[in-house]
Amino acid sequence: MSDRIPDGLRELLAHAAGAGHAQWRTLLKSGDWLLLLVAGVLVAASYPLLWRGGTADRAIVKRDGQVVTELALNVARKYELTGAIGTTVIEVQPGRARVLSDPGPRQYCVQQGWLTRANAVAICAPNHVTLQLSGRSGQNGAYDTLNY
Amino acid sequence: MGRMTPSTIELPVTADDYRIARYAAAAIALTVAEAALPSPLPGIKPGLANIIVLVVLARYGWRDAAWVSLLRVVAGSLVIGQFLAPGFFLALSGALCSLGVLALAQHLPPRFFGPVSASVLAAFAHIGGQLLLARVWLVPHDGVFYLLPLFATAALVFGAINGLVAARLLEAPVAAPVAVNPGS
Repeated sequence: MSDRIPDGLRELLAHAAGAGHAQWRTLLKSGDWLLLLVAGVLVAASYPLLWRGGTADRAIVKRDGQVVTELALNVARKYELTGAIGTTVIEVQPGRARVLSDPGPRQYCVQQGWLTRANAVAICAPNHVTLQLSGRSGQNGAYDTLNY
Repeated sequence: MGRMTPSTIELPVTADDYRIARYAAAAIALTVAEAALPSPLPGIKPGLANIIVLVVLARYGWRDAAWVSLLRVVAGSLVIGQFLAPGFFLALSGALCSLGVLALAQHLPPRFFGPVSASVLAAFAHIGGQLLLARVWLVPHDGVFYLLPLFATAALVFGAINGLVAARLLEAPVAAPVAVNPGS
């Protein structure tokens, strides 16, 4: 029976069964330690970078694919917009936005609730209205401010 | 016996073929066993079969490792029933990327770098290849990259563990007398 087990697997099984306990530390060379350290730092650094890049700072409201307005996400306000079948109300609070009410029959975009991430989108198709969040990684992402 | 019918095609089976098949079988067995494990996120897996690829790379070189890795992806997906499903292409993309990185990593000075380095680099390449294909093909949206920290963490942890296991296996003498001559 044991002849039928492939070599590699047999080795694994033998070691799993405890055939010898080497010091795990001796299996790592200096370069391995260095690489693990660098990789660990890079992985740790990727956490805040990605989460910060994902936050939104603007809400873009479109009707029939045309931008109607851009709302900054730092002041709470409401915005009303008349679309194909009625009035859509968009509510903005610091850092987030939602479709408060919409005349659409199925209310998908209302039930989506608060949008918080860049590129998140709520589509009120019957009224031809979309609400999309945009982050700094979007347009002019390379600039903090522009002066003329 | 001789050749009874002239139309018989004989494919000579070399010792290399037997050896590669044996290691590929081990890698496929690990793939199938791993498919039974629950995963917190699709795409996060220990990748135990890569231990075999690392051992083959160190013992027999990159060509054999590539054979074992790709046979593992194709045959493993056939066994699991994922052949030509999205998961198969993700696995293939990851395997190709990690083989590419291993082709470079095997030239690292062996005095300072062991299987653990190769394993961690290959694990990052694996996840990178999968994410790139997922971004281009399955999820045409940058949202997949929000998960990058989680995938990278898993790659680092599992890559290090797999590398340690591979290093441990390579330290031990070859377990069983091999029936065929590996030199031919």
